[in-house]
Amino acid sequence: MSADLDPAIGRTEELVVEAREAQRSRRPGSLQRVGDHLKREWQLYVMLIPTVLWLLIFLYKPMYGLQIAFKDYSIFRGVAGSPWIGFEHFQTLFGNDQFLRALKNTIIISFYGLLFGFPMPILLALMFNEILNQTFKKSAQTIVYLPHFVSSVIIAGIVITAFSPSAGIVNTIMGWFGIEPIYFLTKPEWFRPIFVGTGVWQEAGFQSIVYLAAIAGVSPTLYESAVVDGASRWQMMWKITIPSILPTIIIMLIIRIGNMLEVSFEMIILLYQPATYETADVVNTFIYRQGIQGGQYDLAAAAGLFNAVVAFVLVMTANTISKRYSRTSLW
Amino acid sequence: MINMNLYSRGDKLFVIVNMVLIGLFTISTLYPFIYIASLSLSTGFEARAGNVIMTPVGFTIEAYKQVLSEPLFWSSYMNTFIYTIGGTLMSLAFIIPGAYALSRPQLYGRRFWNLMVAFTMWFNAGLIPFFLNMRDLGLLDSYFGIIIGFAVNGFNIILLRNFFEGIPQSFEEAARMDGANEFQVLWKVYVPLSKPAIATVALFCIVSRWNGFFWAMVLLQDEEKIPLQVYLRKVIAELSDDEEFATSLLTAAYSFETVSAAIIVCSIVPILLIYPFLQKYFSKGILLGGVKE
Repeated sequence: MSADLDPAIGRTEELVVEAREAQRSRRPGSLQRVGDHLKREWQLYVMLIPTVLWLLIFLYKPMYGLQIAFKDYSIFRGVAGSPWIGFEHFQTLFGNDQFLRALKNTIIISFYGLLFGFPMPILLALMFNEILNQTFKKSAQTIVYLPHFVSSVIIAGIVITAFSPSAGIVNTIMGWFGIEPIYFLTKPEWFRPIFVGTGVWQEAGFQSIVYLAAIAGVSPTLYESAVVDGASRWQMMWKITIPSILPTIIIMLIIRIGNMLEVSFEMIILLYQPATYETADVVNTFIYRQGIQGGQYDLAAAAGLFNAVVAFVLVMTANTISKRYSRTSLW
Repeated sequence: MINMNLYSRGDKLFVIVNMVLIGLFTISTLYPFIYIASLSLSTGFEARAGNVIMTPVGFTIEAYKQVLSEPLFWSSYMNTFIYTIGGTLMSLAFIIPGAYALSRPQLYGRRFWNLMVAFTMWFNAGLIPFFLNMRDLGLLDSYFGIIIGFAVNGFNIILLRNFFEGIPQSFEEAARMDGANEFQVLWKVYVPLSKPAIATVALFCIVSRWNGFFWAMVLLQDEEKIPLQVYLRKVIAELSDDEEFATSLLTAAYSFETVSAAIIVCSIVPILLIYPFLQKYFSKGILLGGVKE
């Protein structure tokens, strides 16, 4: 119990276990030993090899291919044969208005996503927790989890239809109040609200599961004694439920910040158009256009490398902080 | 639960306001789907005029007839089934034995192999190197490329590995006594005991395959091979970019809006059919997701 409460003790235990494991795997083994081991356990390696090969071919080989970010890549010379040019692509990128705009948009869109997308599932979980009618609660949950499982193409299809200027329901309703129709998806100022709103609408319900699980873990005796003391439900929510799930909230916040650069660019590709690039184009959509559509592989790979390194630093920092905070790493 | 009569008037108000808010959020989640379904069953004229609000106006199934008469709809639907079933089976064929091996304490270099898996979750080379690699491997425009290229996923391996690690050793002892080898232990002891975890991983795969769109769009140029999501995207993009074409499509019976709504409905139905399973296993999966290295 004390180990759970005291992070320092926890860390020590972890270190001891790590040290032991390290010792076990580094036992002075002669070739003979390895041979014996393989003879006995070869089946395990047969099971492992496909996965390892897959990782090497499909994920690690592209990492080797990342070197084109520092090369003047030509398809005919290949990855290894193309000449090195140092940081030229990075210099180009940071002098490129489109890239800088994409970087700015990535940060702004993820910030809005965090600002509106983060509190919503917490709020929903707290509200679900206050519902006493189980049938109502179950049906409501079944419905709000659903959009998570629907593909981005369908969600985008719904958004495009609903916001269409001629037939869309949004403009129809605005018409009732005498507001002129707006072609929302061609208006740069409307892109971010629509994109962020869609994301919150799609994911808030499903993300509330984590918090509902945390709430389910709160000891019922806390509520029982609060009832005896005459606490109202509002007070119990603020004084018991929220403080109890605070660690979960903080860890989720850290994860969210760690994954900040992961704007769902699939959805952006589906919703944006040249008229809205100004506010909608993010780093990954920029990479897609320049690289895959435009064929400037080396430049786009450099943008991707920049993105990946920043993301890696964010994720690792998030993981370290959460490890220190909770003793549970994220993976 | 605590008796409702014990609540003060303030509590009752709180409970009611809460229920109303949740009710509103639920309706706002459901409404777009109802709207699309109604649109798909309305006449093109009414849909274009913006008269569809809640229920079909001028009920007709012309839009569906139009969708179903398109050969590309059928081939893309078929392809989605091929990618979903083939891809999921391929994933399980890699992940189950891989996760099992990684869960065994006697595996040499276990920490190294585990790190190799986990690292792919923290860092990836990005779109361009992955794309060029697929091209160099000759996997563009190929069914096999789509199926194998996304077979393994670090998160799923770690999820299953953790589950295997949680199974007490005592379960396999009887099998070991009978001289079972590792394959037999995995197949006869671990797989049956891990059905919920394997179901979770399989459902993760099914949903991501069914919904997968970006890489299918990038890697497949041949129309015959595209999955439903790419087809749907094509239809919506073509029609919404070209107002003239969209208008030319307008007949009294169907319009661009009703046709795309009908495709949306057709592609959502299979997800709805497996939704009860999804809900059951995914909420477990997302919690198993706070996995440790």
